[in-house]
Amino acid sequence: MYRLLRQIAKTGIVSEAPPTPDAALRLIDQQLGEVILRHFGRALAIRHVDAGSCNGCDLEIHSMNGPYYNLERLGIKFVASPRHADMLLVTGPVARNMELALKRTYDATPDPKLVVAIGDCGCTGGIFGESYASCGRVSNVIPVDVAVPGCPPTPSALMQGILTAISSSERNRG
Amino acid sequence: MTEPALSTQPVAGAMPAFRASVSAAQLRDVCEKTRAQGARLVALWGSDETTRGAGYALQLALALPSGLLWLTLPLAREHPRYPGVADIYPCANRMQRAAYDMFGIHAQDSSDRRKWVRHRAWPGGVFPLRKDFAIGASFPPSEDRYTFVKVEGEGVHEIPVGPVHAGTIEPGHFRFSIVGEKILRLEQRLCYKHKGIEKLFETMTLADGARLAARVSGDSTVAYSWAYAMAVEGASATEPPVRALGLRAIMLELERIANHLGDLGYLGNDVALAFGFFQFWRLKEDLLRLQGELFGHRYLMDQVVPGGVARDLTREQAGRLIARLEQIRAEVMELRAIYDDHAGAQDRFILTGQVLPELAEKMGLVGFAGRASGIKHDLRLDYPMAPYQQLGVRMVTHTRGDVAARVSVRFDEMFESMRLVQALAEQLAPGPIRVPVAPCAPGKCGVGWVEGWRGEVLIALDVADGDRIHRAHAHDPSWQNWPVLERAVLGNIVPDFPLINKSFNLSYSGQDL
Repeated sequence: MYRLLRQIAKTGIVSEAPPTPDAALRLIDQQLGEVILRHFGRALAIRHVDAGSCNGCDLEIHSMNGPYYNLERLGIKFVASPRHADMLLVTGPVARNMELALKRTYDATPDPKLVVAIGDCGCTGGIFGESYASCGRVSNVIPVDVAVPGCPPTPSALMQGILTAISSSERNRG
Repeated sequence: MTEPALSTQPVAGAMPAFRASVSAAQLRDVCEKTRAQGARLVALWGSDETTRGAGYALQLALALPSGLLWLTLPLAREHPRYPGVADIYPCANRMQRAAYDMFGIHAQDSSDRRKWVRHRAWPGGVFPLRKDFAIGASFPPSEDRYTFVKVEGEGVHEIPVGPVHAGTIEPGHFRFSIVGEKILRLEQRLCYKHKGIEKLFETMTLADGARLAARVSGDSTVAYSWAYAMAVEGASATEPPVRALGLRAIMLELERIANHLGDLGYLGNDVALAFGFFQFWRLKEDLLRLQGELFGHRYLMDQVVPGGVARDLTREQAGRLIARLEQIRAEVMELRAIYDDHAGAQDRFILTGQVLPELAEKMGLVGFAGRASGIKHDLRLDYPMAPYQQLGVRMVTHTRGDVAARVSVRFDEMFESMRLVQALAEQLAPGPIRVPVAPCAPGKCGVGWVEGWRGEVLIALDVADGDRIHRAHAHDPSWQNWPVLERAVLGNIVPDFPLINKSFNLSYSGQDL
C-alpha cells in the first residue's frame, strides 16, 4: 500500500486544459435550447457505439478517458446503456451487419439526444466507403450533429467534438 | 520433421515459404501427417480462379519447422467442395464456414454448417468474393437466423450480450449459458464489423493496398503493414533496405509495448484497481505522444510501406526514444511490483480463465496468449530474419495459462521489446530507408508473416495484371484464439468474463474483415 500511495503522490495531477468548441465541426445547427445545454454541459452521459471501425478511433476514446485528457472531470462520462445516454459517439463506417444494431441503439437513446460521428470513416466512410458490406458514413444511417475527422482523430480533437456538440450554435459563432 | 511427399516451390520473400498443389484425396492425409508432427494451421481461405480459366480453390497455410507451407486445392466451377479438416485442425471450423459464405466452397462432412460472415447484408446463395459479384451490390436486408447451442437443465438460463457492448469495445455477440453465476457455456457470434476488406483489396493496385492493410486492425497497424509490404516485396522481388528493416522492427516492438501498456492498465481497472488504469495510460500516452512527434502518427499508421518505411529517425530522435523507454521501463517495474503485491488483484488474476497447455495445443492457441499456456512459438525466433536474427530475441513463456500468466508474459514481453528497441535504435544501419517497388508479373505470389503483439499476422497475396491485386487474404491470430476464449471461461463466474476477455484482448475487426 505504501508503494501505491507513493506512486500516486509522485505522479501528481497530470490533466491538461480541455480544448474549446469549434463550430466548423457542426453538420447541423444546434437544436437544443440553452436550458437543456446548461444541464447537458455539466452532466453528459455518452454511449459509445463501434459500428465497424478498425479499432483505431476506439483506442483514442480510451486515451480520452486517461489521465492527461480526463474527460470525466468535465462532468462527461461513458455509460453502459443507450437508455442512460444523452449522446452517442459513433466510430467506423457503418458495417451493414451493424446497421440494425446502430438504429436500435439510436432509438433506445432518450430524447433530446446528440450524435457525434468519429473519424474519417464516421465522417465520409473513409477508405471503406460504401459497398455490399458497408453503409459508409454514420449520417447515412442516423442523424449526426457533429463530425470529427482524423484517422484516428487525436483525443483532443475528440474532446473538442464532444464539447462542440454541447455548446450552443450562438456561442460557437461568437 | 519430414515434409509430406509433395512437390513444393519456394515462394520468394523474407520468410521461408513453399507452395504446393494438393488433390482432394491428398488434403486430409497431408493435414493428418503435419498435425501428427506438430504443425499448426495458420490460415484457411478460398479463392476464385474463374477469371484465369479455372474454377475455385481452397488455400491453406501450415506452419512447419522449415517455414510456411501454402497448399492449394483446385476446386470445380460447379458444386465446389472439399473434404473438411476441422476435425484435424479445430481452428479450421470458422475459417471453413467463412470460406463458404464468401465463395460458396463447401467443406464436406462438416458437422457445423452454420453461416459465419453472412448476417443480413446479402442473401444465402450469393458469394461476395466471387469475381462475378460487384462490390457495390446491395440487397434488401435478408432474414438473419442463427442457432446457438442450447444448454438445458434446472436453473440454466441464457445471457445474451452485444453486439453493442457496455464499454468502449468492438461489437460482437456473446451468448452465455449460466447457472447461478457460473458459466456453463459461451458461444460467440462475430463478423458484425465485416466491411468488405478483402473485396476492396481486389479493386486496388499493390501500392494502394498498403493503406487498407494498415486499417485491417488498428491496434496492429504496424504488423499488418509490415506483412503486406513483405508480401508485395516478395512477389515483386524488391529488397527493402537494411535501415528500413531496423526501423520496421522498432515500430513493431513499439506497437507491442503500447498495446501491453494499455491492456495492463485495463486489467487493473477490471479488478477495481483504477490506479492501474491511470498509471499505465499515462505511460502509454507518453509513448504515443513521442511516436506522434517522431513518426508523424501516434499509432504509426502508414509508416511501413512496400519498399521500406515512410520516414527516417535521426540519431538525436533515436536518443530521445531510448531515453523515454528507459523512463517508462523504470516506472513499469515499480507498477509491476505494486500489481504483484496487491492481494485483491492477484486473487482475481490467479487461476482465472485458465487454458492449460494441452488445450492450447489442441485448439492452436497462438501469440502471447499461447506462450502463457506453454506454446513455445514466436516467429521472431522460429524463422529468424533481419533484423531479429542479430538480436537474440528472448522468448517469454509460462505454463499456468491463467489471467495471471498472461499478465506476467505481457510484462516480460514488454521489457524484452524495450530492450530490442534500444538495441535497434543504437545500431541503425546507414543508408536509404525506401526503394522503389519493382513491377510485378501477374500470377506472382507473396507471403507476409509477422509476429504482431497479439500473435502471427499473415498476408497471402496473389497478383493480377497491371500491379493489381487478384486476391489478398489477411489473417488475424484472433481467428485461432476466439474459440479458445469460449473454453477459457468455462466454470468461471460471469463477472470475471471482462477480465478474462481483456487478458486476451482479441481483435474483432481483424477477424471480421
